[in-house]
Amino acid sequence: MRPSFATFAPPAFVLGGASLLVLGNVALAASSPWHVSIFVVSLAGKYLAYAILALALDLVWGYVGILSLGHAAFFALGGYAMGMYLMREIGTRGVYGNATLPDFMVFLNWTELPWYWYGFHHFAFAALMAVLVPGALALVFGFLAFRSRVSGVYLSIITQALTFALMLAFFRNNMGFGGNNGLTDFKDIIGLPLHADGTRDGLLLATALFLSIAFLCARFVVTSRLGKILIAVRDAESRTRFLGYRPESYKLFVFVLSAMIAGIGGALYVPQVGIINPGEFSPANSIEAVIWVAVGGRGTLAGAMLGAVLVNLGKTYFTSALPDVWLYALGALFILTTLFLPQGLIRIFARKPAVTASEIPAAKERPA
Amino acid sequence: MSGRIGEASDTLLYLNGVSVSFDGFRALNNLSLVLAPGEMRAVIGPNGAGKTTMMDVITGKTRPDSGEVVFRADTDLTHLDEPAIAALGIGRKFQKPTVFEPHSVYDNLLLALAGNRTPRRALFARETAAERDRIAALLDTIRLTEHRHRRAGDLSHGQKQWLEIGMLLAQEPDLLLVDEPVAGMTDAETAETARLLREINRSKSVVVVEHDMDFVRALDVKVTVLHEGSVLSEGSIDHVSNDPKVIEVYLGR
Ligand SMILES: Nc1ncnc2c1ncn2[C@@H]1O[C@H](COP(=O)(O)OP(=O)(O)OP(=O)(O)O)[C@@H](O)[C@H]1O
Ligand SMILES: [Mg+2]
Repeated sequence: MRPSFATFAPPAFVLGGASLLVLGNVALAASSPWHVSIFVVSLAGKYLAYAILALALDLVWGYVGILSLGHAAFFALGGYAMGMYLMREIGTRGVYGNATLPDFMVFLNWTELPWYWYGFHHFAFAALMAVLVPGALALVFGFLAFRSRVSGVYLSIITQALTFALMLAFFRNNMGFGGNNGLTDFKDIIGLPLHADGTRDGLLLATALFLSIAFLCARFVVTSRLGKILIAVRDAESRTRFLGYRPESYKLFVFVLSAMIAGIGGALYVPQVGIINPGEFSPANSIEAVIWVAVGGRGTLAGAMLGAVLVNLGKTYFTSALPDVWLYALGALFILTTLFLPQGLIRIFARKPAVTASEIPAAKERPA
Repeated sequence: MSGRIGEASDTLLYLNGVSVSFDGFRALNNLSLVLAPGEMRAVIGPNGAGKTTMMDVITGKTRPDSGEVVFRADTDLTHLDEPAIAALGIGRKFQKPTVFEPHSVYDNLLLALAGNRTPRRALFARETAAERDRIAALLDTIRLTEHRHRRAGDLSHGQKQWLEIGMLLAQEPDLLLVDEPVAGMTDAETAETARLLREINRSKSVVVVEHDMDFVRALDVKVTVLHEGSVLSEGSIDHVSNDPKVIEVYLGR
């Protein structure tokens, strides 16, 4: 990975932007016109968590052509792992004052903590699970799908089915994840009160930091020789096979990496929005993530991050100002960028493609 | 089995009674073919004769319904998949030239170079001086040195064909299967390709499928004529082009 503008500009923007917001919140008096409210800080943190998901999705869609329509599932699993920690942090401060059992379990008359909740009172354990659980699911799912050469539309459909199945499962009360209410009413994180400004400022900075690290990792991958092979697999999979490559192992590698990155995004998202529920597995969420990437610029990493932030800015604006119009606006944005800016909005910011993969054929013909 | 062991020393590839059907249609019909080590063989035949299907079977893309495909002394290729067969030393050029279009000519060759094919190795691979030298030599062989930094997708049709042959050589196979290498080439390029293949044949075995009879004549090697999935005639170019069966189904039309 050469130290270049394309490598360091996106993390610089992300970290710089997040720092400015935090500074505006901490250093400026509430009366100042430049004061940044804590609401805006957490909103920005949420956008950056989405940007982590977008980055993860771009890695598989932009570079190996796996159009995952279920990527929000990995994000949600990371979110649930963090949510489980936050639930256990509540301790005796819950409505029922049970030191071990979260409120919803007491409510269901459960007397014992299910085994899969063990360990989640340790932050480090939960953080590890936020990465490992999505990674393990991606490993099993990807191993089966790629080995039997499921690809294209069929693969997209089964990824969608995966997230849908998880949504239904998490809706069930006896799964032990709070049913349709999900996990909420969190109090603090590593001993810091979640409603305090300082904690929220810290969460925004942490999200910016992890987004930057994830970007640099992804960038290292796509600019390596492995990255070139990914693009080769994307555009001419059978050619790579006859050259002696096993495309399935390359796909599996990025798919698992991507799921782990998405899990980190989810884990950072949950403390900032204060809730995780099965709605996060909704197929529509995964499809929205695809739109962020397409709008921002598929196969560019930075474009995917930009798309996530801009589209969600738009969503925040529309859903408060013109709630009925949002879905139409999103659809129109998607169609317009596809037609007039097929390389995405990132093209406006960077004339040259940020990375080598930007020449993405709309519908690439596969060789015989 | 013992009969085959006896043949081992003078047989590189042995197709024995290979049949392939697609929805009841017999693309290969009890096809048998023997290729000696170091040999170059031209395969001709009308459209749909099964030439590409034969290559699909040898390279593991298509599993035959019956018959065996033996490589070297005792490796039955019908149980292996494409990467495993590639690793054994069989390279293949597609009928429609297939290169990695967004990558440079140089990178196309880099990815084809023989070596470890695991993701972990690829993630940390650094270009070595040996690789650079090898690519420089290949670029020279396929006459694309000046174009090494160009995007492969921007090459002319003939240049793509050569790049793909270069990628094949980069794999360092013992056997090259080359499907219609001169389709879409000018006469000068065709002559150049014949020269290139003959040069390659000095160290490697080659099977070339081609319709261009001038090109096949220029190769000056044994010719196998396929028709409806089996061998119609075999021998020197003069022998097969005077064979009445061949004239009737192929050349005479
Ligand atoms: N995957 C497939 N499914 C169905 N039919 C196929 C398939 N592959 C080949 N065929 C059929 O098998 C027959 C042989 O095809 P093949 O491509 O081997 O011919 P060929 O000799 O290479 O012809 P050409 O000179 O046109 O390249 C053709 O009739 C073709 O339509
Ligand atoms: Mg053919």
